[in-house]
Amino acid sequence: MSGVRTAWPNLLDRDWLLTDSPGSRSQALWGQRYRLWRDFSANRLAMAGLIIVLALVAMAIAAPLLATHNPAQQELTNRLATPSAAHWLGTDELGRDVYSRLLFGARVTLGMVLAVVALVAPFGLAIGCIAGYYGGLVDKILMRTTDVVLAFPRLILALAFVAAIKPGITSGIIAIAITTWPPYARLARAETLTIRNTDYIAAVRLTGASSARIVLRHITPLCLGSLIVRVTLDMSSIILFAASLGFLGLGAQPPSPEWGTMIATARRFFLEQWWVPLMPGLAIFVASLAFNLLGDGLRDVLDPKQR
Amino acid sequence: MKVEIDNLTISFPSPQGMRAAVRGVSLTLGAEKLGIVGESGSGKSLTARALLRLLPGSAVVRADKLNFDGIDILKASERDMRAIRGRRAGLILQDPKYALNPIMTAGAQIAEAWQNQRKASRKEAMQAAIDLLAQVQIRDPKRVAESYPHELSGGMGQRVMIAMMLAPDPELLIADEPTSALDASVQAEILRLMEDLVSRRGMGLMLISHDLPLVSHFCDRVVVMYAGQVMEELQAGELVRAKHPYTRGLLECLPSLSHPQTRLPVMSRDPAWLA
Amino acid sequence: MRGRFGRLGGLASSLLLTLFGLVLVTFFIGRVMPIDPVLAVIGDHAPEDVIARTRAAMGLDHSLPVQFAYYIRALVQGDLGTSVMTTHLVTEDIARYFPATIELATYAIILATLVGVPLGVLAAVKQGSRIDQAIRVFCLAGHSIPIFLLGLMSLLVFYATLDWAPGTGRADVAFEGMVPVHTGFLTIDALIENDWDSLYDALGHLVQPAGVLAYFSMAYIARMTRAFMIDALSGEYIITARAKGLSALRVIWRHAFGNIAVRLITILALTYAGLLEGAVVTETVFSWPGLGQYLTVSLLNADMNAVLGATLVVGLIYMMLNLLADAAYRLFDPRVK
Repeated sequence: MSGVRTAWPNLLDRDWLLTDSPGSRSQALWGQRYRLWRDFSANRLAMAGLIIVLALVAMAIAAPLLATHNPAQQELTNRLATPSAAHWLGTDELGRDVYSRLLFGARVTLGMVLAVVALVAPFGLAIGCIAGYYGGLVDKILMRTTDVVLAFPRLILALAFVAAIKPGITSGIIAIAITTWPPYARLARAETLTIRNTDYIAAVRLTGASSARIVLRHITPLCLGSLIVRVTLDMSSIILFAASLGFLGLGAQPPSPEWGTMIATARRFFLEQWWVPLMPGLAIFVASLAFNLLGDGLRDVLDPKQR
Repeated sequence: MKVEIDNLTISFPSPQGMRAAVRGVSLTLGAEKLGIVGESGSGKSLTARALLRLLPGSAVVRADKLNFDGIDILKASERDMRAIRGRRAGLILQDPKYALNPIMTAGAQIAEAWQNQRKASRKEAMQAAIDLLAQVQIRDPKRVAESYPHELSGGMGQRVMIAMMLAPDPELLIADEPTSALDASVQAEILRLMEDLVSRRGMGLMLISHDLPLVSHFCDRVVVMYAGQVMEELQAGELVRAKHPYTRGLLECLPSLSHPQTRLPVMSRDPAWLA
Repeated sequence: MRGRFGRLGGLASSLLLTLFGLVLVTFFIGRVMPIDPVLAVIGDHAPEDVIARTRAAMGLDHSLPVQFAYYIRALVQGDLGTSVMTTHLVTEDIARYFPATIELATYAIILATLVGVPLGVLAAVKQGSRIDQAIRVFCLAGHSIPIFLLGLMSLLVFYATLDWAPGTGRADVAFEGMVPVHTGFLTIDALIENDWDSLYDALGHLVQPAGVLAYFSMAYIARMTRAFMIDALSGEYIITARAKGLSALRVIWRHAFGNIAVRLITILALTYAGLLEGAVVTETVFSWPGLGQYLTVSLLNADMNAVLGATLVVGLIYMMLNLLADAAYRLFDPRVK
């Protein structure tokens, strides 16, 4: 543990990071991280993705500071205005400032994505690791359930589900989560199966570690790499999913500035005032593309065999 | 037919810049049997593949001379190369399990090689394939011709491979570890078959292996490679008179039934060899 | 051979299990909804005794397992109930709307395959080059763009601004209902009738929605083709094929592509299933009178019989395509025996 304290001053020292014979565990760890980062940052597209994602997060957090207007403030005399100095991206059908609404919409979208990932990733990881580690009947039951859910068309199941409960952000999140977890479980199970039979797990078992400890401390961390890649790549599809629900009128409900919902309400005007639905559409596109670029780059670095 | 390689260097890009895998290799080969011996990573396969220009696209090949029967491989067009590959030179790879196309029958793969340089019907090509399979001493050539690679044993697969490469009647056969993936009992059979075919047709043979005694047994001449360089070149019969410490080391590390040792010596490597 | 059919038998039993899961979930969704299905049929202000009678007529006074049994029995008899919105049997509605969706998805997958597969092969052959990078970005964009944005922009540019393509719907008003229905697929019906004007009109209306859907799935097809091809091209048998002196074209298509063809069929089947979902959004944008639009309109009107019926049918098709993908693999690949 003493290595951790001494690590910080050295983090800017390239030779210390790249040495072939690290002096401590943390030096080796930081060296490995540095090499990953160096490989990752050499990929210009992935870096662009990372920067956009960070910018989006910053914009969502600082929305009240960056907004020029109150996103709910209507100005019916100034409806569907073109972009101008007063309204940078124009106004919508109720005269609300599109730029400010986009900023607050980023909160809704990223919030939904975070909520879905927070629900899905641990759940899928747990199911997959348990199924893979214990095998036998547990594995059969869990994987059969996974297969059943996988056999559904995702969007349609989510739509039926949302319609049955009540359209809205919460039910949207639940519906997306319900249809998103199976691939995570499958991924975690596949990884667990390969890890389970390795000699070092056998060694840990010989030291008397409990099954729970092996799964939690030794198997789960090894699944994380591919899981992170999968999560990042999935984020874009979750964004599109949430936006599609909003667009179909079954996700976030007006007056929420969710991007898909904004397009749904502005859709009527798109042949004349095309920029009104275009702005949130571009926001969705940029956010989703950024996550895809980031995930693609991460996959190249963390998961070279899938290249 | 004469192969001339002079000062061949093959390098690959890496994050730390170009890394040379073969450095300054020179050798010649006529209608004879040449063995190239070395451990994995010594560059022996790369050298052979460079001759047919079958290296991955990222490889950078340089040489003072890289000729096949007077044709400059470095300058030859893709068309010229195709006239060499599969017509004048064949390549046998290590493991038929991977080297044969899994979704084509053995017969179809041989027929394809045979048909490649002739104008012939599919039926004629198939018949030729069956004849070739008979030539590599397969007892039931028809059945083997209709089999998929995964249905064949390793020895059988390697015979198919040999038949395929003999189809166009080449002048040079390059065999890249042709028996390493096979059972010991089958190894000798395959080697004898290859030697027999090569001698009878008066072809040149480049036999690549990590097995020094085996190579010296089957070849006229042996080239010993280490870390991308040629250490020593010997007549096969003069192996016991090898001078280079690396070759000597290799020989000393061999277990022997007539002079048993309780503990085999471990190879010690001298960086000066790579000067 | 018996092993093969044995495996297909195992597949069939897992299909049955999945089917049961599908039915169970639709049933469950239908029962948890807060809207009272009785009131949805007869209105909010019906007298008590009418409500009770309707409830009994709809079998809703039984316990859940009994209701589920009734539900299964109705399904087995092919009864999906009546749509409150259209007042038709849901099965009739689906039969009317489904061909439009199938037609759209089929043209889209053909387009996507014709573009996506060669792009993927090209990217794999030129791995790491500028072309590969360009194709990668093109595909990532297809993955990232919301399908409704693409649809709206396409309408704006090609219909409203350039006037190259007709607007929304399946046919112009002048051609609406002009072709007698044989198969329900407008283009095929027009061909059967030898009605070239209708065919031209129908194809014109297909171009935009099919193109939008195709771009969406093309990205996935090209990406998977590239990954498979890179894998195949690194195989030793590719070296063998090249050492035989075969042309680059033959090596790439006969040897490398030949090896991924079965895996690719699997991907295409799955993509086609995915298109049925993409169609929901696309049909909304292009007012395409297909199952997707039927589903969304029913959803917004809380017409649960229609929603569940459509969900069930799409789920069933989706499952069949999954099965087909699996079966293709087992039947066509010589290695699986």
